[in-house]
Amino acid sequence: MDSGKNFLHKTPTGIKGLDEITNGGLPTGRTTLVCGSAGSGKTILAMEFLVHGVLDHGEPGVFMAFEETGKDLAENFASFGYDLEQLQRDGKLVIDYVSIERSEIEETGEYDLEGLFIRLGDAVDTIKAKRVVLDTIEVLFAGLRNDSIIRAELRRLFRWLKNRGLTAIVTGERGEGLLSRYGLEEYVADCVILLDHRVNEQLSTRRLRIVKYRGTLHGADEYPFLMAENGISVLPLTSVGLTHEAPTERISSGSAELDEMLGGKGFFRGSSILVSGTAGTGKSSLAMTYLTAACERGEQSLYLGFEESKDQIIRNMASIGLDLRQWVDKGLLHLQTVRPSSLGLEGHLASILQIVKQVKPKVVVFDPITTFVSVAEGSGMRSMLTRLVDFLKMQQISAMFTHLSTLGDQLETTSQGVSSIMDVWLLLRDVEDEGRRSSALYVLKSRGMAHSREMRDFILTDRGIRLGDNYIKGLNSTNRAEQERSFRQGR
Amino acid sequence: MAPNTKQSVGQEPQQKWTLRLYVAGQTPKSVSAFTNLKRLCETHLKGQYEIEVVDLLENPRLAKGDQIVAVPSLVRRLPPPVKKIIGDLADEEKVLVGLDLRSARPA
Repeated sequence: MDSGKNFLHKTPTGIKGLDEITNGGLPTGRTTLVCGSAGSGKTILAMEFLVHGVLDHGEPGVFMAFEETGKDLAENFASFGYDLEQLQRDGKLVIDYVSIERSEIEETGEYDLEGLFIRLGDAVDTIKAKRVVLDTIEVLFAGLRNDSIIRAELRRLFRWLKNRGLTAIVTGERGEGLLSRYGLEEYVADCVILLDHRVNEQLSTRRLRIVKYRGTLHGADEYPFLMAENGISVLPLTSVGLTHEAPTERISSGSAELDEMLGGKGFFRGSSILVSGTAGTGKSSLAMTYLTAACERGEQSLYLGFEESKDQIIRNMASIGLDLRQWVDKGLLHLQTVRPSSLGLEGHLASILQIVKQVKPKVVVFDPITTFVSVAEGSGMRSMLTRLVDFLKMQQISAMFTHLSTLGDQLETTSQGVSSIMDVWLLLRDVEDEGRRSSALYVLKSRGMAHSREMRDFILTDRGIRLGDNYIKGLNSTNRAEQERSFRQGR
Repeated sequence: MAPNTKQSVGQEPQQKWTLRLYVAGQTPKSVSAFTNLKRLCETHLKGQYEIEVVDLLENPRLAKGDQIVAVPSLVRRLPPPVKKIIGDLADEEKVLVGLDLRSARPA
């Protein structure tokens, strides 16, 4: 990568995705500012940078903690599977807790922060550290009164770090109108990363953005990131999106009539299908039919339900003649239920990805994704879903997402943001006329194939789903009811 | 430890003061901090104080124990509670208050 001497050397963080969007990591021998509000993941990112340095690159690290004690940190990181105490015993990591309590300190006259320098210098020398974290150095401003001394000393500190060739992360609290509360960005010229944590209706989403990275190309977007059980991972959207292959193989939807609407051959393998419709129109039945078809082909299939329990699904599908139990018993069908709200949006995604990685299905159904949509209207939701879709596409997993739309014409608009990342969009619609209520299905879009533009009656029978062709023939409601009856009788 | 009811209050008229001054080398700041401290102690605590000077350049590890960040730092280790004053101790009035000498002195 750094073929020429003029290239900036980079130090990998070891954090999934972050090294990708920074084209190799943080600038070596420089200081990077990571800022974000409380709870945005600054400390975790910084500590991971050190731990990966030790474990993956043999580079010892010093963590100066201004907020948490070494014991607290060790406990917190144990949950990510890192044994900080062991690393310290091995002489690979030093955690120095610096406590500055304003109420306990009286100030008279001139002073400097040489004490801090000496502590840091001693720790660095003792373990021959290459990486340093100062978290959160802004505590100095709260603990000491003389701002001008602190500022002068910070300037000296950053120079000192640079002269020593240390690759460092300093963290800062997000400030009003500033990246960090005390304007640390003023001192750190090379690389600034901003973390953001938003909570919408109890569900949280985290973003990461590289505000500045001098002398290098970097992704400029806001990237969602996860705090999963093995640490942080940043999953870039755009870089993945372009690389997945487009298979030409076609797979059946499980309904010959629906396949016929899709150019006679069904869906492309690896495509993402959105099925939207109002309550009770048969979205889950359609999705389950699709999954059953996969089982019949002998493929692993996965159902991720967010509302109904396993037994409920099996029972309900039995009513339309789908025997799910046999596929479960054969180990082809995996029914999993996840409660979205308990995990937060990003946690939710993490757990989904983990299940998918375990099961390795060929076809997966998400029923419904509405829980995502209602929470993070617009971009948050969209980027989460994009990442999910990208992830699935890269593995050529075919996916169907059901989406519950609210009544009325909002149906199309609510799905708007989501539908553009989908290859196929099927719409199920409630139709009422002459005292009869029924469902109708049509293919709103299907990329890369000639598809039917008809609106078909969607009928659930005890032998599965059927599509009637009443609308085309202009049948009246009596004829249509008759056709429905004949379908139900299995003709 | 026999009955100590009598002893606890009045037995130590000469309260012992243990002060530790943290510096980093012989800088003008540290020199003036020591001079200022010495003068103050001679005036207010004559005969009952002890000053220990710690040069962090020689003993960097000692900075951790008393949580030293700034130098010069004066730490009152005895009598408790621990008090910390940073700076060159030029303002005698402030130092006296910081050490609880102003209000602590009977008269």
